[in-house]
Amino acid sequence: MAENNHQHITSYSTFAKILVTLLALTFISVTAVHLELGAWSVGIALLIASVKGTLVLMYFMHLKFDHPVFRIMVAAVILLFASFIILTFVDYLFR
Amino acid sequence: MSEIAGNHIHRDDIGSKLGMWLFIFTELLLFGGLFLVYAVYRELYSEDFHYAAMQLNVVFGTVNTVILLTSSMTVAMSITAIQKGNRTLCMWLILLTIIMAFAFLVNKYFEWGIKFEHHIYPGSSLMFQFKHGVILFFGLYFFMTGLHAFHVIVGMILLTVIFFRVKNGHITAERNVLLENGGLYWHLVDLIWIFLFPLLYLVT
Repeated sequence: MAENNHQHITSYSTFAKILVTLLALTFISVTAVHLELGAWSVGIALLIASVKGTLVLMYFMHLKFDHPVFRIMVAAVILLFASFIILTFVDYLFR
Repeated sequence: MSEIAGNHIHRDDIGSKLGMWLFIFTELLLFGGLFLVYAVYRELYSEDFHYAAMQLNVVFGTVNTVILLTSSMTVAMSITAIQKGNRTLCMWLILLTIIMAFAFLVNKYFEWGIKFEHHIYPGSSLMFQFKHGVILFFGLYFFMTGLHAFHVIVGMILLTVIFFRVKNGHITAERNVLLENGGLYWHLVDLIWIFLFPLLYLVT
């Protein structure tokens, strides 16, 4: 079916810029290890990883330019997984 | 293939992509479950996990991260190339992605090899002498990176098949959902590693 005549084409330069951003975030993540962050180190590491993950999802995996229903589904799955983590920890931390 | 003797076979590219995403959700929950195990045991054995994680080589991990991130860009660019009708560039970019995937596996081979040389592997006599949390960490490390490496191999095979489909004209500017879906699988492999890397190598 020729419904999608005008498919969005992401430019090469956009992909290149996203890679540069991802590499920069990786570099920050690695060097942050040497800062004595203590209890915050996990949170910072996960935060940077989440930003990287979001960039991969939105640009490389094309979610930003797809039909919104895809973004909604991905968000729903992430929330579902977050609920698994929260509920599990609610159990363990209060034993 | 979309026409047989005047009868049009309905092609549903969005449905195809939806199917791939549904599969990706199952993969996310598969690795998500493993991350959950890691999270709980890390909470219960934080000192042991800290000690065990220091045995890992951050250089190996960082190089592998750079390799996968770059390979994600090349496979994404390959889709742009085929959409613009540039079949040769598309094929080169897919090939580049596969080569980088192989480089990742070579890296992993040496990384695990060094561990094995030091008698660090699940079930070794040395492993049983470690504290409980250390044993758990290495169990998770080998299983999660091993399962991930298996997905890298599957991705390489998938991309190789797609490479030949592009080569023989089966995948074109007008019909490239197979390449898009293959790319999505590869990005998933990258996405998993993006979280695996800091949680195993960087949280010390």
